Amino acid sequence: MLTRRVIACLDVSAGRVVKGVQFVDLIDAGDPAALAVRHAAGGADEIVFLDITATHEKRALLLDAVRRAAEKIFIPLTVGGGIRSLDDALLVFDAGADKVSINSAALGRPELITEIGSRFGEQAVVIAIDGRRNSGAPETAKVYVSGGRKATGRTVVTWAREAESRGAGEILLTSMDSDGMRSGFDCELTAAVNEAVQIPIIASGGAGNVEHFAEVFTRGHADAALAASIFHFGISDARSLKEELAALGLPMRLPC
Amino acid sequence: MNHGKTVVIDYEAGNLNSVCKALRMTGADVVVTADPEALRGAARIVLPGVGHFSSTNCLLESGMGDALRERVLNGVPFLGICVGLQWLFVGSTEAPEMRGLGIFPAMCERFSTSVKSPHVGWNSLEAVGNSRLLEGLPPSSYVYFTHSYRAPRINATTTVTNYGGEFSAVIEQGNWMAVQFHPEKSGAVGLKILENFMRASSC
Repeated sequence: MLTRRVIACLDVSAGRVVKGVQFVDLIDAGDPAALAVRHAAGGADEIVFLDITATHEKRALLLDAVRRAAEKIFIPLTVGGGIRSLDDALLVFDAGADKVSINSAALGRPELITEIGSRFGEQAVVIAIDGRRNSGAPETAKVYVSGGRKATGRTVVTWAREAESRGAGEILLTSMDSDGMRSGFDCELTAAVNEAVQIPIIASGGAGNVEHFAEVFTRGHADAALAASIFHFGISDARSLKEELAALGLPMRLPC
Repeated sequence: MNHGKTVVIDYEAGNLNSVCKALRMTGADVVVTADPEALRGAARIVLPGVGHFSSTNCLLESGMGDALRERVLNGVPFLGICVGLQWLFVGSTEAPEMRGLGIFPAMCERFSTSVKSPHVGWNSLEAVGNSRLLEGLPPSSYVYFTHSYRAPRINATTTVTNYGGEFSAVIEQGNWMAVQFHPEKSGAVGLKILENFMRASSC
């Protein structure tokens, strides 16, 4: 049976993890490669590196981290942040990433989805969508860029459909309403996007406890859930989280 | 333990990094090539694959198909991954105008619309025959899949996976071995499968 995925996300800036898990017994808690190895050993189903500064000068530091992580982990590794062209994607794949996550660059030039997909396969293209609906209906949720500061005028559902038709392999959907609140994923928005497309949905934003994951997998129909800080509320690793979800009847990759 | 070269066939589709790294983890001496001549010295041959069935087009045109068939019939173990499994079939509805190598007389088809496509994530392996590749692994081990087309169950299928019905997850017939999932992305289970392939002597 296909399991639901728990994805560990590391926010990286200038080659260092800037938030997320702080393992006390790690000598270098800020090294993305060391943390990726730790997450993989801890039972995460995939790893995402999100370069949150993505400035040109600091790019080499990210690529170096990707290269070192890819040497040691043998589960899927996605890299996002600052990928604006096929050449940018090429560098990231070359460093060892399996998928790239693209956000504003795809909105600016949707052909990029097809360009990367036809060179590396559609499975390698994840389209990240930041959505906000305030208290509106899920179908009215709008796409935002620049970390949620700039509205694009497009609805999440129509952009997800277009991304799919241009060859996106997965949608990484972040609810700007829920992000950082730890009050649960936006299950309604996730379900609405799930209804609109055939490709897998990764839900992001709002994880606060185990039940939140269970809800987004059941009510939200998410195929995967991403968390930057699942360990901040008393869970030691992805394995324990997955064991608790399995006990609630969800199909999880265990043992892992 | 691994004498000789493991030749990974490059057909300019996707990313060979992960496969090569995982093979090297198991001790393989990896050579990447697009040249059919380079198969001559191979102790083992791997055909990775991500992407569209049509990307295999150049394999028949370049003579890689004939060279490969000749080597494997002469006892060189072969491992096809993902599209590298599907290419062993007559063809795929993904690119109906193209032929595969035709080792197995069936067609690959898209998943039914009753399930999401692509099939992405960790799914379990269910044995339906004796498998050299899965030796030593617990039943129903999880591996990582990402694909929209799948091969039907055939006589040479040793393992199936269920997703909108069963499909071939592992095929083994003599020295032809192939997996639909990505062992290079399937953690410890995947590395064990590659290790088993590296250990497989010709038969």
